[in-house]
Amino acid sequence: MATAKDRAQAKAGSGLNDDIGEQKRLEMYRTQVVIREAEQRAYDLFLQNLVKGTSHLSLGQEAVAAGFAGAMKQGDLSFCTYRGHAHTLARGVPVEKVLGELMQRDNGLMRGKGGSMHLTSVDHGVMGSYAIIGAHLPIACGAAWRAQYKGAKDVSVCFFGDGTTNIGAFHEALNFAAVWKLPVIFVCENNLYMEYTPIGDVTAVPQPAADRASAYGLERILIDGNDADVVYRTAQAAFEKARAGEGPSLIECLTYRYSGHSRADPAKYRPEGELDRWKLRDPIKIYRERLLQFGVAEKIITDIDAQVRKIVDDATEACKAAPPPPLDIITTDVYADGGWAWRN
Amino acid sequence: MAELTYRDAVIRGIAQEMTRDPDVVFLGEDVAKAGGVFKATVGLYEQFGPLRVRDTPISEQAILGAAMGAAMTGLKPIAEIMFSDFFAVCFDYIANEFPKSRYMSNGQVKCPLVVRTGNGAGSRFGAQHSQSVENWCMMIPGLKVVAPSNPRDVIGLLAAAVRDPDPVIFLEHKSLYATKGEVPDGEIVDSLGTAKVLRSGKDATICALALMVPRALEAAEKLKAEHGIDCEVVDVRSLVPLDTQTILGSIAKTHRLFTVEENPRLCGWGAEIVSIAADEAFYDFDGPPVRITTPHLPLPAADILEDIVLPTPDRIAETVRRSLGS
Repeated sequence: MATAKDRAQAKAGSGLNDDIGEQKRLEMYRTQVVIREAEQRAYDLFLQNLVKGTSHLSLGQEAVAAGFAGAMKQGDLSFCTYRGHAHTLARGVPVEKVLGELMQRDNGLMRGKGGSMHLTSVDHGVMGSYAIIGAHLPIACGAAWRAQYKGAKDVSVCFFGDGTTNIGAFHEALNFAAVWKLPVIFVCENNLYMEYTPIGDVTAVPQPAADRASAYGLERILIDGNDADVVYRTAQAAFEKARAGEGPSLIECLTYRYSGHSRADPAKYRPEGELDRWKLRDPIKIYRERLLQFGVAEKIITDIDAQVRKIVDDATEACKAAPPPPLDIITTDVYADGGWAWRN
Repeated sequence: MAELTYRDAVIRGIAQEMTRDPDVVFLGEDVAKAGGVFKATVGLYEQFGPLRVRDTPISEQAILGAAMGAAMTGLKPIAEIMFSDFFAVCFDYIANEFPKSRYMSNGQVKCPLVVRTGNGAGSRFGAQHSQSVENWCMMIPGLKVVAPSNPRDVIGLLAAAVRDPDPVIFLEHKSLYATKGEVPDGEIVDSLGTAKVLRSGKDATICALALMVPRALEAAEKLKAEHGIDCEVVDVRSLVPLDTQTILGSIAKTHRLFTVEENPRLCGWGAEIVSIAADEAFYDFDGPPVRITTPHLPLPAADILEDIVLPTPDRIAETVRRSLGS
């Protein structure tokens, strides 16, 4: 679903100095490879019983995270769901910190106190991964309200899945953001399945987010979520709108989840051939081809692949060697005084 | 010193904090232009303007979620949930989001906000607009919970709640809004986690909260006048943090404990206090601790029915008298 402009540019074999440019494209390629390698490693480590608890992978959905992170400026804020590893990595959080949290080691992002579903790195603008469906849409509104009130130019970006569009908080947040004209971008990653059930089976409209936009006076935006360039350009327009004080955007990105909903799910409910068809449009494959079409040397691409592989390998070894968290953190940070005392 | 209603104390408390700190903002349903359904926010919109005092849609999840997002990123929001019964439609924020974000993020996320709400019975509104929900909140690690009984405490505890770095549930009692009390001039700032002995006595300790405080005081006067029983009345004020030392100190003096709770009986705050006292002050007791509560019932609407289920001064006095065998 590349735009006519994309196709024209790709055909011409130029475009390195177009609106995106080589440097940004290489950055977005690298982000996608980091996510792919780290998520695949998380899955492998789960099979070795080294990743504990649950995990929700974004294999196949890398372009959404890379395209949005590519369009973000420092200070912009990300709000993620439990399927949040990709968006956390896309903001530059070290792979070791993410894998360490998944492996419940002391070197993890939250030293094992949050787990896979709650990745948070305030220093990177990752304001949390929320495991209650829909909860973070109003929270992102609040962060955007602060920006509006303070006259700050940062934008809050809230990522969620197709299933979220059927919960009340989605609708409350969309209306609230539109009425208050908040600088917030709602990004629906439609991977066709709410957990195990096809989203079409449980939703009154064909496009769960885009077809709801008009209810909140918003433009209907439905894009190819497997093409990082398309995502990037759409994101940029939404950031521009938000920073200009013109309010929120709701963007539905069509994509596909290669693995099951969570680690417990073999995804046997999918029709035969569906996964293979989507893999023909694999976001990293698309992007690698585009870089080559634009004249990027293959060596540059394979070097990125090798560098990322080494980062993920090194992170894996560091996490395997890291100790579990110390027991004394069980009672820290319940309250702002650092402790957990509820009485004198 | 001025005489102020509990309702006007809410206005003065919010205004005091909004004047002090431009990062204090206020949102809720009908709170701005209309001045609140209980008229407890009249004039704030005019005083602080539309950027700081904001009307919201009927979207309790959006209200609390927005308050949290603003708090996480540097503001000090006060959010109003019109009736505390409505906590049930936004309980995710109260139970899962506010109180756990700091812990789960290993201290990265801060959530300094206040949720004000109209709590309690006496308005004949029936079972979905009259509940006392303090026990819904008290059980959640990471929250703080306060419930003032008089105008001075409204201002002081509200100021303490706004300045507190943790999420605070601030329970205003609907049946106290019209009550009056003396309030000193100037800034008032109290501290969370402090109970107050409002009446000194030697024969029994009565712990009460919010609307039950004036009822306990009335019962104490009646017991003294009619039976010569001298009760100490403790206004618990803050359920989390809980000032157990003041309560245990009073039990050490009187050797008897009564709790007066408006919440339905099961898992009420009094049960926790009795449990603590049993663990730590067992040998101070001259008789069993007694809980005086609303029975474990939904609240009826009709005045004649609602009046029977809530603890009254007569029921408190009679329970204490019988228990002490006078």
